[in-house]
Parts: sequence; C-alpha cells; structure tokens
Amino acid sequence: MYEKPRILMCGDKAIVVEYGNEISEGCNKQIISLYRFLVREKVNGIVSLIPTYRSLLIKFEPTQISFQQLEDILSRFNPKEIEKDFNPLVIEIPVAYGEEFGPDLQYVAEFHSLTNEEVIQIHTEPLYRIYMLGFIIGFAYLGNMSEKIATPRLDKPRTIIPAGSVGIAGAQTGIYPLDSPGGWRLIGKTPVRLYDPQRERPILFQAGDYVRFKPISREEFFEIEEEVKKGSFQVRTYPYS
Amino acid sequence: MNVFRVNQPGIFTTIQDLGRFGYENQGVPVAGAMDEFAFRVANILVGNNENTPALEITLLGPTLEVLEDTIVAVTGAKMTPFVNGMKRDCWSSFPLRKGDILSFDYPSSGARAYLSVAGGFLGEFALGSYSTYTRGKIGGIRGRRLEKGDILSCRFPLQFPKTQIVPNELIPVYLSEEEVRVIIGPQHDYFSHEAIEKFLNSIFTITKDSDRMGYKLDGPEIRATGKHDIITDGLVPGAIQVPSNGQPIIMMKDAQTTGGYAKIAVTITADLSKLAQLKPGDRVRFKSVDIKEAYKALKDQERVLKEIYLHLRPIKFYNLKINGRSFEVSISQI
Repeated sequence: MYEKPRILMCGDKAIVVEYGNEISEGCNKQIISLYRFLVREKVNGIVSLIPTYRSLLIKFEPTQISFQQLEDILSRFNPKEIEKDFNPLVIEIPVAYGEEFGPDLQYVAEFHSLTNEEVIQIHTEPLYRIYMLGFIIGFAYLGNMSEKIATPRLDKPRTIIPAGSVGIAGAQTGIYPLDSPGGWRLIGKTPVRLYDPQRERPILFQAGDYVRFKPISREEFFEIEEEVKKGSFQVRTYPYS
Repeated sequence: MNVFRVNQPGIFTTIQDLGRFGYENQGVPVAGAMDEFAFRVANILVGNNENTPALEITLLGPTLEVLEDTIVAVTGAKMTPFVNGMKRDCWSSFPLRKGDILSFDYPSSGARAYLSVAGGFLGEFALGSYSTYTRGKIGGIRGRRLEKGDILSCRFPLQFPKTQIVPNELIPVYLSEEEVRVIIGPQHDYFSHEAIEKFLNSIFTITKDSDRMGYKLDGPEIRATGKHDIITDGLVPGAIQVPSNGQPIIMMKDAQTTGGYAKIAVTITADLSKLAQLKPGDRVRFKSVDIKEAYKALKDQERVLKEIYLHLRPIKFYNLKINGRSFEVSISQI
C-alpha cells in the first residue's frame, strides 16, 4: 500500500484514487471507507463510484464540480473516523455441492487428492471478503480462498453456465449471477438469486461485506428454489465481527 | 399506444436512453446511446426531453409497420428513411400515418442511426434506465434486440409537435477515418515514451470483433514496458486498454465496469459520438490533448446543440392529388 494515495486522471470525467498495487484486505478496507464516506457526503456532481481491489474510480460531471473541489473533499476524508461506524455484514449463501449442481467437484477433489467432502469443507470454512464487483452484473470478486483447492480453469470454456453456479478459477472462487459463458470449475450451485431486477435491492452483494457458503442438501436446494420463486426466501445475514 | 409492428428487425436495433448511472459499483455497465449527440437531437426534433428512450439502429435498419398516426425523427448515420418507399430527410422529423411502412437505406456514412418518436418509446425500466443491455438482459424489450413481430409502444404525446429539420451546416459529417482526442493515462507509466508516441502516430483499423461493448483495433503492436496486466481497477466508456497482444481495445457503452489491462489513454467525452459512428474496416488515429482542451470540446459540442435548438427549420408535408395520383410534398423554409 502506498504511503499516500495517488490521484490519476481517467479521461475528462473521472479520476482514480489509487491506494496501492496489490490485493490486500488493508488496501481494500481503505478504499471501501473512502467509498462509504463519499456516498454519505452525497457530493453534488459525483455521478458514480467504482471501488476495486486497489483503487476507487470517481465519475463526476465537470459542469457541476471542479477537479479542485473534488480534491478538497478527498482531503477532508479521515479513514479512522469512518471505520468506527462501519458495520459490514456476513451474507450466508446456501450451496448444493457436486452432482448436477457442481459437475467439476470430482475433478477438483482428484486434482488435489482429496475427497469431495474435504473440498466442500475447505471451501465452506473461510469468510470471504467481497473486494469488489465487476465483470458482469453482480459478480463479486471474493478473497481468501484456500490454496489447498486452487484449480486451473477449463481448457475450453463452457458456452453456458447457469446463474447461481459456484466456481473455482486458480485461487479465486465466485458465483455466476447470470447465465453466461465461462471457464471456471463448477463445484456447486446456489438457489439464491444474486441478481434480480424485479427486487427492491436487485443486487445482493456489495463491496466490503462478507460471504459465507453454507452446504445444503439436494432437497434443501429445491425447497429454497421454490421459496425464491415465490419471493418468500430471505437470505440470512449477520454482523461481521 | 402501440405505434409500430416490427416486420424486419435489422441487424441490431435496441431501445436506448442516455444510460444507467450509479450502479457501476455493482458491476452494471452504463449502456445507453453510443452517439449521445445524434440521440439527443433525435429527441429534440420531436419535442421530447433529451433523455427519452429512442431506437438505436446499427448498420441495417428495421422495417416497421405503423399502427397509429405519429411523428418521428431520424438522426445519426446517413441511413435515409423511406415512408412507403418515398424518401424522407435524415436529421428531420416527419409524420407517419396508420398503415405506413417505414424502412431505411444502407448507411452511406456512419454506423448508427437514432429513431425517436413523439412521446418516446416505452420499454422496461431497470436500475434507473430504459437502456437495453443485452448481456445483462435488462432494459428495452426484455433486455434484447428487436425481433420480428415485436410491438413497439409509446406514450401519448401531449400534442403533435411541428415537423422540423436541422440545417445542413449543423449536421455532423461522419468519415471512415477519424481523429479521436484522448487524455493519456491512467496507466501511461506502463508504457515507454516510444510506445506512447507509436500509439499516437499510428493508424488503427476497427476490426470485426467490435460491438457496443468495445472496439478491437488492428495496427502496430503497442507493448508495455513490463506486464500488460494490472490489478483490476475501474473502467469508463472511452478507456483504451492494451492487452498483451499489443492491439488496443476501446471500451464502449456496454463495457464491463472493471478491467485488468493497462489503460494507455481515455477518449475525451466530446469525441465518443464520433467513435460511435465508426464501423469495422474504418480507421482511427489518436491525438493527445490536455483536460482544458477536453472541456473546451465539450462546451463546443453543447454550443452546437443549442444552435440546433435555435435554428431548427419548419418542414411541412402535404398530400396532393394530381390526375388521380397522390403525391406527398414537403416544403421547408430556407
């Protein structure tokens, strides 16, 4: 992490506040704090914010706010003050592993000379930090997956991966929010809709929160899927401490 | 009010507005009209608010059957509209009557035309915008391009606006080779001075692998000093990424919100409309400018828009019958 963040121009309507050149929780926490600060300040002229692993992109409307005014606001930010009232959530995502839900579970297990159960246990153990969202609507970049189950991508990507699929690519893990092509090794699937445009909060995840995967049975998967369809399913969340 | 039945959808026709803002932190692309300038003028011509949903027509126009009397306008690429086979002007509004057939010529210049309708098209409103984002299946008509048989609806216009035309001197000219102004950075330090010079002094061709998400370019290789990959950070439309094959990619409106390649430069906002009108095979050169020039260009563009507002000329359409044959005549003020 840099001693002092760098401010970089990104065209004529955006700046990047770069905190470092690394994937680390410390760096990402600073960025999320600054992001929350700016959301709270409701700065007139700021159009959008994109927090990532190592930077915050700020889109602004130059007719409403000048570069100088933006810099002044940024200099008012005191990260220590923010952390006190920042209460990230843990979002529990139920996942059915293996079988038709995770066609590559067996491969991942064999690749590491583990049993299917061991892979599931290793995958469900950590609390995964949501570093950022990007790539496609609602796709979360999670940190903390164990190297013990890190597995290379498929040589030939699948043309269609159903929404809700949980995959592994190298040392990363993630969930596909939409049906899309992809090369990740699929180990399970969640019946929860990460993205639903009809919902009050269409996108379930936000950067700075945490995800915990909870293994469920085949029967539970279909039960929850029914509840999701009816709109009666509530994802379990609790404060991160 | 149903206004059109889609008899032929064209290659890629979608409903767009000025875009989806404030959800980029959750991975939602901006989308919206590729050529905002032409889009805004299309709405001005029919008396709509500038951010009213209109059709973005790419390369090959649709054939639409008119279901209700209305007024429309066509701007952007020179894709001459025809009503029952009779020519209408581009950058102008004109009336349509129930039963008419609206079709389009191939573009003689430019790539994207905009069709606005008095009152605006109705579409799915998702995450603050009507814009169709096909990869995310949201906005417009169930998040997809037009299909044969679709019925397009519009709000009732409060009153039918006058028909009017943009004076010739205020209509942009689209070339097959354009100079696009850029601001160098944010990852210019990944490239040597020579690599940046090469980027600025070369001509690149837009390849077939180009769409609303991004334009892949073909030209001399632009190499980073070290790695081309960066730790993923935010993207804006207009950003120019250089992957490890050295062939730049210009991100466009449907671009993902984050990316992992070094960005050598970002297109200035005022030149995004120019870029939007390039098609595969067309060429682009880049010119480095500073922020002052970028803002001046933006102001100039807004000034042209104001000029258009002020200098729209009325154009009137009449039905004449001569020896039993009917003719449609338009008269515009010079």
